[in-house]
Amino acid sequence: MDRAIEHTKYLIAGSSHAALEAINAIRMHDPEGSLTVVTRDSHLPYSPTVLPYVVSGKSAPARIFLRDEDFFARNKVSYRPESALKVLHADENTAELADGSSIVYEKLLLATGASPAIPPIPGIDTVSFHVLRTLDDALKLRGAIGASKQAVVLGAGLVGMHAAENLVKAGASVTIVEMSDQLTSGYFDKVAADMIEQAFRDAGAKIMTGSRVVRLEPTAAGAKLTLENGTTLEADLLLVATGVKPEMAYLNGSGVEHQQGIVVDDRMQTTVANVWAAGDCAQARGFFTGTPMMNAILPDATIQGRVAGMAMAGDPGIQDYAGGVPLNTYHFFGRHAISVGSSKVPEGGEVVTRFDEQTGRYLKAIFGADGCLSGIFGVNEFFDGGVMAQLILRRIDLTALRERFVANPLAVGREIMSQTWR
Amino acid sequence: MGRAYSTIAFDPAKCDGCGDCMKACAQAKTGTDDVARSRIQIYGREKDFELALCRQCADPKCVTVCPAGALNKDGTTGVIGWDASKCVDCLLCTVGCSYAGIALDETAGHVSKCDTCDGNPACVPACPHGALKYITTANIYNEVGDWEDLFAPGLAGCQGCNTELLMRHTLRRVGPDTVLATPPGCVPGMGSVGFNGTTGTKIPVFHPLLTNTAAMLAGIKRQYKRVGREVQALAIAGDGGASDVGFQSLSGAAERGEQMLFMVVDNEGYMNTGMQRSSCTPYGAWTSTTPVGETSRGKTQDAKNLPLIMVNHRCAYVATASTAYMEDLYEKLDKAILASKTGFAYLHVYSPCTTGWRFPSNLNMEVARKAVETNFVMLWEYTPQDGLHFTKSVDNPLPVTEYLKAMGRFRHLAPEQVEHIQKKVVENQKFVERMTEHAHVG
Repeated sequence: MDRAIEHTKYLIAGSSHAALEAINAIRMHDPEGSLTVVTRDSHLPYSPTVLPYVVSGKSAPARIFLRDEDFFARNKVSYRPESALKVLHADENTAELADGSSIVYEKLLLATGASPAIPPIPGIDTVSFHVLRTLDDALKLRGAIGASKQAVVLGAGLVGMHAAENLVKAGASVTIVEMSDQLTSGYFDKVAADMIEQAFRDAGAKIMTGSRVVRLEPTAAGAKLTLENGTTLEADLLLVATGVKPEMAYLNGSGVEHQQGIVVDDRMQTTVANVWAAGDCAQARGFFTGTPMMNAILPDATIQGRVAGMAMAGDPGIQDYAGGVPLNTYHFFGRHAISVGSSKVPEGGEVVTRFDEQTGRYLKAIFGADGCLSGIFGVNEFFDGGVMAQLILRRIDLTALRERFVANPLAVGREIMSQTWR
Repeated sequence: MGRAYSTIAFDPAKCDGCGDCMKACAQAKTGTDDVARSRIQIYGREKDFELALCRQCADPKCVTVCPAGALNKDGTTGVIGWDASKCVDCLLCTVGCSYAGIALDETAGHVSKCDTCDGNPACVPACPHGALKYITTANIYNEVGDWEDLFAPGLAGCQGCNTELLMRHTLRRVGPDTVLATPPGCVPGMGSVGFNGTTGTKIPVFHPLLTNTAAMLAGIKRQYKRVGREVQALAIAGDGGASDVGFQSLSGAAERGEQMLFMVVDNEGYMNTGMQRSSCTPYGAWTSTTPVGETSRGKTQDAKNLPLIMVNHRCAYVATASTAYMEDLYEKLDKAILASKTGFAYLHVYSPCTTGWRFPSNLNMEVARKAVETNFVMLWEYTPQDGLHFTKSVDNPLPVTEYLKAMGRFRHLAPEQVEHIQKKVVENQKFVERMTEHAHVG
């Protein structure tokens, strides 16, 4: 109580994409207002998305940082690593930090991201396993990969698949265990997933989809997994990559409404005055559903961070959040897959697919009853994801162009772009 | 202060889809003829060609969504650079960009984007139709921004006034060692000569009569010379003050070779006092003294071509200019300043007037540009040594209607009046062209 409590006009909790965009947006409108960034991490800002490449060795750990000290100095930002938000006293506009200090804010952005979701498998607390969400996780995993002969990856989302590829390339025997009946579900459809699966099998990985782990036990080498059907697997390296979820314990008692994430409106404002949220921790309106959803992807984090920053600074140029659209890209064994929009076929909608076995090019486009694009997915078929996202967001009727569009989404998408929003 | 950047501009009206730009880019960037790998992509069928090319956005989304810090906007050149050693080939940048400005080069297996070839883009000279241009006007902004603005902030010009722009640019360029003469007109009218004992300029300024501007300025320049001070003598006068009642003193000073720069801001009338006609008002134009009614249809005489008359004074330097072509204007300003050290320099700037010409205040540059694109106004320069030559091509002009329809003062024109104006444009062009043929006679 002796210490004078620090005050800041803008407080941002978190230091990745949403936070960085919010800093830009605030500084665009308010070059002087005091701005403090507090983060659980001990490093300069980096992206969780780059971490699989740190594991593989493609990205040098020292070169992944998105901003340097000079950026914070130039923008008059006080950057405080290793000071996670611990308790939010929203009624007093005060944030209590992990380092024991408190900060009084005028406006607060919660951009605290997410953490690995650890499945409640019996025995999971008795074995040691890896996760991949922070740079420290990545460095640990990278160190372990070389020594691994028999690795098991739990979860076939993009993080798990990336890590599995790295392990395969490092020479380990790799098994991917996935609960649902296909890989990368939620990102790619069955056809695309089968192509991805084949690439992994060709490289020597074992894939066990539709498999649930029911028990984990420690062994001398690492861990033993028992599946529902009785099969057992030995692992000297276990990676748990079964998705992420926001950590929101700091909200307890704050009055900020949270469900799967922190509920926000179209300006990223939470249910409590002076508090905004953006990025992987936010539950914002989905473009297709109109209801709040989790869309924990990098492009959406930047858009939400921008909206939140403008709202906090009172920038009159602000526009409402258009709603979250799933956008994913995935690079595997020299091939690429892109998914833009919803994989759900809307009522009265239509699905068009084409597949060329020779080239391995696969394309699937989904159109609504109104003729507008609602989703497009490609493997080895490059198109401009950003242009496709605009076609969806602008609800452009493609009825007259459908045949040409499906034949060549790259060229026709660019034509429409030139005529519509150049 | 922020910086302005050079940029590649595309004029779809001039593109015929030949693809030479793509070939040049593929050659320059990949050493192949594979146009699919070109970083500039032309799209469209038959006609209406369009462009996919990195815009080097001020607020680049590709940079914000890059997880690896591999994309960065260079604060000096404005170019968004791609660092191969940091890129992880995740393609998220292609999802972030709404303009297809960064895309996968399937052969290379990496994304590729335009880097403007370090300020010398290979695609631009490859275009046989002039549809691509590398616009470097930004350099003026960057350079001029560092010079002192010698006019007071908040002059009382009309909204969208071209003359304020011209005054500020000109004074920035001539610098503080200048004496300015501004006869009655918009320039003093908007406050350059000041109010209540203070001037609107940060340099000595005086307000001669319409009739004696060049004579008074000549006297002042001579007096400074006599006491051994090197100052720039500058007049900024309207077309009325120069071509009508002020012409005698202007002609006399030019003939005597007085050492000064005489700039005429030609808004084609006495706009400051209520939009009366001058001898520079073009045929057919409405003014308050050439009204449009039951019988009268605007001005019935053609405009006097004052700059050509000045050429016939064999001045040290004569040029026409437009604020829609700032690089050209600056080059001429530099030459005029130099010429005024030893003789009489005359710069005639066409200056659209939002109030008097009746067009929206945000369209000044557009109107100025259309005047040049239709050859209604031609940009040229003259020196006694090199004669007269165009500084902007007069080939393939737009029809003059493109210019006339941009403003209200020509709205009433009958077809035969438009025909007359078009004929005059062609006649003027031929006339000036004939003078360029004599360029090297001596």
